[in-house]
Amino acid sequence: MKHGHRDILVGLAGQPNSGKSTIFNMLTGARQHVANFPGVTVEKKWGDYRYDDGKIEVVDLPGTYSLTSYTQEERIARDFILLEQPEIVVVVIDASNLERNLYLAFQLREMDIPLVLCLNMMDVARRRGFKIDTQRLSAALDVPVVPTVGKRGKGRAELKRAIVETCERTDHHPAQWRMDYGGGLEPILVRLETQLRSREHLMEDFSARWLAVKLMENDAEARRILLHHTHDETGQQLCDSVDRLRREFVEEHGKSPEKIIAARRYRTAARIMDDCVSRDKADRRTLTDKIDAVVLHRLAGPIILAAVLFGFYEITMGLGTKLANWCFPYTQRLGEPIAGLFTSSDLLRDGIFQSLVTDGIIGGVIAILYYLPIFFVLFALLAIFEDSGYMARIAFILDRLLRGFGLHGQSTLPMLLGGVIVGGCAIPGIMATRAMKDQKARLTTILIMPLMNCMAKIPFYILIVGIFFASHKGLALYSVSVFSFIVALLVAKVFSRHLVRGETAPFVLELPAYHLPTVGGVLRRAIERVWLFLRKILTVVVAVMILVWFFVTFPGIGTKREVQYDLRMVSARDTLVKKLGTDNRYAGALQGNNLIEYLRFQQRYKEEKLAVGDNNSELRRLTRTFESQNREFFLLANRGRDAEGKIDRDAGKAARALRKFAGTVKKLKFKRRKEMVRDSYAGRFGRSLEPVTQLAGFNWRMNIAITSSFAAKENLVGTLGTIYSAEEGRSGEVGKSIRAAETDWTKRHAVAILIFVALFPPCIPTLIMVKSETGSYRWMFFTAVYPIILGFILAAIAFQIGAIFG
Amino acid sequence: MTLDEVPAGQEVTVVDLHLEGAEMQRLLDMGFVDGTRVKVVRNAPLKDPIDIKIKGYLVAIRRNEAKGIEVKTE
Repeated sequence: MKHGHRDILVGLAGQPNSGKSTIFNMLTGARQHVANFPGVTVEKKWGDYRYDDGKIEVVDLPGTYSLTSYTQEERIARDFILLEQPEIVVVVIDASNLERNLYLAFQLREMDIPLVLCLNMMDVARRRGFKIDTQRLSAALDVPVVPTVGKRGKGRAELKRAIVETCERTDHHPAQWRMDYGGGLEPILVRLETQLRSREHLMEDFSARWLAVKLMENDAEARRILLHHTHDETGQQLCDSVDRLRREFVEEHGKSPEKIIAARRYRTAARIMDDCVSRDKADRRTLTDKIDAVVLHRLAGPIILAAVLFGFYEITMGLGTKLANWCFPYTQRLGEPIAGLFTSSDLLRDGIFQSLVTDGIIGGVIAILYYLPIFFVLFALLAIFEDSGYMARIAFILDRLLRGFGLHGQSTLPMLLGGVIVGGCAIPGIMATRAMKDQKARLTTILIMPLMNCMAKIPFYILIVGIFFASHKGLALYSVSVFSFIVALLVAKVFSRHLVRGETAPFVLELPAYHLPTVGGVLRRAIERVWLFLRKILTVVVAVMILVWFFVTFPGIGTKREVQYDLRMVSARDTLVKKLGTDNRYAGALQGNNLIEYLRFQQRYKEEKLAVGDNNSELRRLTRTFESQNREFFLLANRGRDAEGKIDRDAGKAARALRKFAGTVKKLKFKRRKEMVRDSYAGRFGRSLEPVTQLAGFNWRMNIAITSSFAAKENLVGTLGTIYSAEEGRSGEVGKSIRAAETDWTKRHAVAILIFVALFPPCIPTLIMVKSETGSYRWMFFTAVYPIILGFILAAIAFQIGAIFG
Repeated sequence: MTLDEVPAGQEVTVVDLHLEGAEMQRLLDMGFVDGTRVKVVRNAPLKDPIDIKIKGYLVAIRRNEAKGIEVKTE
């Protein structure tokens, strides 16, 4: 990332739940950017603001309890401070949870960087009866302390001033403040410090005190730094002597140095608390305690959880889908100006570029844009769960259950988003796994995402269930989702036991105090995540869509067939001319290119009329506009009537002939399209697989539908429609034509297909997400392939067993 | 006695951690150092994990980890 011109770079550190992001928003306002830290999937947010003609850039570091090298977040936060060397670090402290938050502040203080302590959530602290003497606190740590209430923007000016003033201070004496680690450890630390100070170029970047403490803590990264910065064997010698010192220390004191170090830090924190904090209320039951007594109750807890999850599902599917349907006409129109650039003069065929742009690119992009409102609702609810503190409780309740399958309490939400009940989307599901610290459980959760019931599978379920299980629709759909859930759990268990390796994090999960989420905070996060998703997905989708378009379009049906189609078009046109007769006044208006012009006019008129609906005054206005554009065309398009409703007999006759003609053209176009799909590379592939897929009862038509809908499953019903040459899109119609074409299909065919589609491989955008979240093409490839194999084997087994029982 | 044996509602004092690496460091960071008073607030509905109050905040840990935390009553 470029920092460009900057005057001050600020690193914003703090523990989880300290209100760090509200402070970040308070400082930077709307000027924010989101990306990942290089090479990892940890979100990096940065933003800037102006102060006294200078630019202050703020980087929001991952929230961490400590600064060890055990977790990715801690390494990132630490490396940022050590390597990017911000002018100043602001550490956000939860004033109502001072003792634990100071523990982190001490470690930052030890790194010898200019520091400002932002004492946040002062309102909560006050409500809980804490009175904090900020001046004494400032003196105890030798850093400026600024009290704030980030949620309400209180303390903004003071914090901004403190940042600049601290940077400008020239009397910064880093080594003046020292944590006292006690009689056993201090002499060792001092000796180590002296040894480290002799390595000058190491000392340019690192504080000797900090490095000495970290070495005694047995910090792997600190050792690496030491070895990396010393080019002779003295580095290794120093490491060896640290090992010896640690061993001797354990022998002498019976405890490892890291225990003593942590204990001394907490002791110091407690001492500072005694010194600077008074409490005028006794420690009585807080609101959080009262809520938890109900929400985490042995019996009520799970019931409330089920209700909340149900509500969550209802809102995203209900409200989200409603919003998506409402937005869709507008998003669809986005493609129109571009599609309008490509108009074919061939009634039968779209131009090659037209088909590429409209079917391939615009079609693919718009299909994804459709889901954006649903994602927005999902992400907003997710933010409410996180900000309120309920998310951690979900993990708490369900951890035991999920752990048995190699998952984690925190897998609940990703699975829910992915559609474990019915109808979700794997992409937000995978994005939600970011909150999981346990890398192994996280990877397992990502890998089972394709087995969830994504929204695009639902129309297909409904289609098949509607044909074969019409009398038990609900039960059949329910069975599908239960089936996929059970398979997902079993697969997770196998994967986590035999396949997935990774950093397992200890399950130490803070249950933060409940907070009322703010509207601004929730919206901001939802928009941010939608945007992140868009940026990541769209470019790749375009590339992939072009590829898929190629495979379902080429090599084409050959000149011979094309000529045959042309001949049928010519004969259709002859019929039209004959029907019109030579004395029809409108025959002239439809000659040559005029016919195409007319058909376009008629299409436009039909669409706009549909859009106007029953609004009579609007309708009258519309007819008049169209009439004034081209009176002859209008009469034909309006079945021979003019805007006043007067009938022209010639026009009426011509209109009837035209309707018939248009119908024939449509049929021919559809037929040709179907043939093209069958003969395309994807089609040939599907047909060549038939001998194998026969085992599960799939014929080549199903194979083509499956292969060609790999890019996006929402095309599955549409592709089936093309193949079975029904009217596009309407599943009732598709159902009928499947029935008509596949007379030998029985329930076991249906079950096999349902099983296969339930375990269908994820769509391309999901695969891209898997790549970016796991950082590995191998896992991406794996996620694309294993559902096909697993789905096929299970489908084949079901099909063969079905054969035995008839 | 280890923390997983403490019944819900009881308060105890941390004596030592018998854990290693990341697990131990994380618990140290969260305040499980010797002499700290901790209270077992409740068990999860399926008895695991357990909800602990420590230094004024709540944290959930699995029984497996709680087994490594030596405590005493008084």
